[in-house]
Amino acid sequence: MRPKPGSANAMTMKRLRSVLLLPLLLLGGCNLVLLTPSGDVARQQSDIMIITTVIIALIIVPVMIAIAVVAWRYRASNKEAKYDPHWDHSPQLELWVWAGPLLVIIAVGAVSWIGTHQTDPYRALDRIGSGRPVPADVKPLEVEVVSLRWKWLFLYPQYGIATVNELAAPIDRPIRFKLTGDTMMDSFFIPALVGQVYTMPGMQTILHGVINEPGEYKGFSANYSGTGFTDMRFTFHGLSTPDFDAWVGKARAAGGDLDFAAYEKLREPSRAAPVQYYAKYDANLYDRILNMCVRPGEICRSQMMAADAHGGGAMPGMHASDAMKPMVDAPKPVAPAAAAH
Amino acid sequence: MLETMPNRAAIWNFLFGRLTLDSLPFLANNAEGRILLVTLAVVVIIGAAILGAITKYRKWGYLWHEWLTSVDHKKLGIMYMILGTVMLLRGFSDAIMMRAQQAYAFGPQMGYLPPEHYDQIFSAHGAIMIFFVGMTYIVGLMNYIMPLQIGSRDVAFPYLNNLSFWFTFGGAILFMVSLFIGDFSMAGWLGYPPVSELQPGPGVDYYIWGLQLSGVGTLLTGINFVVTILKMRAPGMTLMKMPVFTWTSLATSGLIIATFPVLTATLFLLGLDRYVGTHFFTDGFGGNLMMYINLIWIWGHPEVYILILPLFGVFSEIVPTFSGKPLFAYSSMVYATIAIMILSYLVWLHHFFTMGSGADVNSFFSLTTMMIAIPTGVKIFNWLFTMYHGRVRYTVPMLWAMGFLFTFTIGGMTGVMLSVTPADFLLHNSLFLIAHFHNVIIGGVVFGAFAAVNFWFPKAFGFKLDEFWGKATFWFWLVGFWVAFGPLYVLGLMGVTRRLSHFDDPSLQPWFIVAAFGAFLIALGILTFIIQIYVSIRRRKEYAVGGDPWDGRTLEWSTSSPPPDYNYAFIPVVHHRDAWATMKNLGFARPQGGYNDIHMPKNTATGVIVGALSFACAFGLTWYIWWLAALSLLGVIIVSIVHSFDYHQHHHILAEEVGRFESGSNQAAAQGTNA
Repeated sequence: MRPKPGSANAMTMKRLRSVLLLPLLLLGGCNLVLLTPSGDVARQQSDIMIITTVIIALIIVPVMIAIAVVAWRYRASNKEAKYDPHWDHSPQLELWVWAGPLLVIIAVGAVSWIGTHQTDPYRALDRIGSGRPVPADVKPLEVEVVSLRWKWLFLYPQYGIATVNELAAPIDRPIRFKLTGDTMMDSFFIPALVGQVYTMPGMQTILHGVINEPGEYKGFSANYSGTGFTDMRFTFHGLSTPDFDAWVGKARAAGGDLDFAAYEKLREPSRAAPVQYYAKYDANLYDRILNMCVRPGEICRSQMMAADAHGGGAMPGMHASDAMKPMVDAPKPVAPAAAAH
Repeated sequence: MLETMPNRAAIWNFLFGRLTLDSLPFLANNAEGRILLVTLAVVVIIGAAILGAITKYRKWGYLWHEWLTSVDHKKLGIMYMILGTVMLLRGFSDAIMMRAQQAYAFGPQMGYLPPEHYDQIFSAHGAIMIFFVGMTYIVGLMNYIMPLQIGSRDVAFPYLNNLSFWFTFGGAILFMVSLFIGDFSMAGWLGYPPVSELQPGPGVDYYIWGLQLSGVGTLLTGINFVVTILKMRAPGMTLMKMPVFTWTSLATSGLIIATFPVLTATLFLLGLDRYVGTHFFTDGFGGNLMMYINLIWIWGHPEVYILILPLFGVFSEIVPTFSGKPLFAYSSMVYATIAIMILSYLVWLHHFFTMGSGADVNSFFSLTTMMIAIPTGVKIFNWLFTMYHGRVRYTVPMLWAMGFLFTFTIGGMTGVMLSVTPADFLLHNSLFLIAHFHNVIIGGVVFGAFAAVNFWFPKAFGFKLDEFWGKATFWFWLVGFWVAFGPLYVLGLMGVTRRLSHFDDPSLQPWFIVAAFGAFLIALGILTFIIQIYVSIRRRKEYAVGGDPWDGRTLEWSTSSPPPDYNYAFIPVVHHRDAWATMKNLGFARPQGGYNDIHMPKNTATGVIVGALSFACAFGLTWYIWWLAALSLLGVIIVSIVHSFDYHQHHHILAEEVGRFESGSNQAAAQGTNA
């Protein structure tokens, strides 16, 4: 939610924001989503951006005015201005020349250090708004995100549903994203909700956010990933809790099953893919995507790393194939050949 | 009959690798094919006209002996500037095409460029502007100015200097060839995997080999310049008496030596992944794409300081000259330069805060990044205080310096915004970022290059550039820049990301149309620049000047314009900073006699030959024409070995010849020089 009117900090921020927004709004009343986000984390990030700008402006604006004044006053045609062709240093002035920028950077650096830790994407949320801690009984919404060529797959492990190119979350409930990529590197970004994080194949990133106002928001990939990238968009719905439940019901009613075979079809490159709902998906799907072993017979990275940790094929008396074999054949975790059909 | 068919295919395959008639996109019967066919026709006509003119006026011998084989740092510097300007036209054509597409492709309207083509254009635009415009310009400027500033007769390794140019030239030609034969990389200007690993065809290979060629050229230049500055300064010129441009050249050359091997190695590993199936940067088998992204930015971030530092040097020469005062706080300026040079190594991760590294790592790189603002801020203050208590003459170079001060400062401010990690999570990859780096690269590097060209052109050619067209160029660029990139700042805050070739939201379109108009203004700025050069050449008699047209302060203004091959009849002895200003104050008079023979390096064709063979090798590697690659590589090695056994690489300019030239320029100097 917006900062509470009572808090002094919030008041200052609000004033700063309106001062800063004024000239930009005059330009055409466009939707500057980065300055007016609807999620608490994005709002904190936006506030930090504005505070930083104001601090730097404290030195930049006077300097630019000084440049203009000096450039005008000391123009060659102005014979009244003092001309001192030998004045080329001044210890006091030089001290300030170094100290001024240093002080500004100390201030901005402190803001950045604190903000970087406060809005760290890995950090679980402890608030859903200014002065509004996360209620004790609320569990975060878990969403597993996979960027595909060139669409977004969202898995909801708590609900067992999956969607393509559409994401929804109840307002004021923390969301915990786990993200990976299928083939390409993309960047998962809903500007109104929270800053972006890369989705990388074979790797996982984590992102926490919360949406405070109901609405339809834009989401997209912010990292170029090939020819279909330009249409790699999705809609993010901020919904009230009953509306969210209804949305989950709608996905369930759609009835599709995202099994491994269906996933294989889905991962084929396509542009501007339509929204799709799946009532269920294989519980291991996300882990298998992350470990790059969706196809039957592929060795999961987790298995390979476990084998490597035991010496891989380099241990005396051990063959790479021997090291891997028992792990692939073992019933846990997941035997790929069995799970695919 | 039946047996000859596969043989013919095998022979074709051996001779031409994967090059077939289908690789010629201008033969395709579609919109892109026709665009390319027209472009090719224009290139062929212009090329034929130039070659025809050279033949008609019998200039081949002159071109070969005086320019192409020259080891004179001044001529190489001019050749770099010409190459950079030609590549600017190419890179700018790409920019105009992108601006047109983005102003147009909304909703049902898909624009005139499909993504396959658009993606090649933005990749080529970035790579060309950085490697073949920015780098070429700064190497050209350093080549021309630095040896003159230190009172030297040439660089330490004149042949290597010529070879560097031809490597760069070969890389540039390879990029240009990709326009008409095959395609170009779609992986952005830095060739990020997985796109660069997965794109089939020659596009990415053109990119790799083009950059490898120019990268080797740049590395050799860096080595050459560091040795030149450390070993060949005039007697008395201690490090702390060097002109600031020479200082920044030293810092940039040091950065080149430290970082370009990283680029070469990274591209080599990418090449191995593509050619022999290694897995350095793939997503499996132990490889990791983030390793590429780290490595390329460990080169890439110092690279932007390689580009900007020499232009800081340019402004540090121009502002004092036209303020009629020494540079304020010279030592501060030198230490700030060194601080920027060192810090530039410690910031690369800020290009991917969003990869999911922890808050401590991000904080560290956030702080190192914003620390660069301190020495940069110091420089801005020092230029300001240089004007303070001065008599500022607003000539064209000084106008560019003023445009730089205002534009670059704003770019610096948005840069600090981006260095704050939480803000970067919102702004990363947005058009705000695009606006920011164009703000510093156009506002810094391009404005600086134009300032330098207007400032040192009279030195290089003996006549000034036209003021009116110079001012027109300045205003078109300054206004054009803000009209083109101001909207991009706003669009970035609206959450619009980079590299999109099509949009849904019609409310964005007006901003893109304004931006396209800004690009059009910049196009006029480029046109007026060409007119400025043309008009000035036509009026060269009227605009002729002596050795010191601006009341300069550093040694290059003490010799005639243009300087003789040997730069200085007598190597100057330096006692103070701003050596020439001091000499003038002390009533320096040009020597009238007592000349000696001057020992100079001889021209050589080896650079051209090695450059051509390297180009052939790179082309062969790009198209899998292995015999061509192998033979030309062998050729490079043989020619290099043969050249190293040539013991007659020097000649003497006789004292009489020196005397003849000096008495001529003494007369010119006596006729009043100051403008």
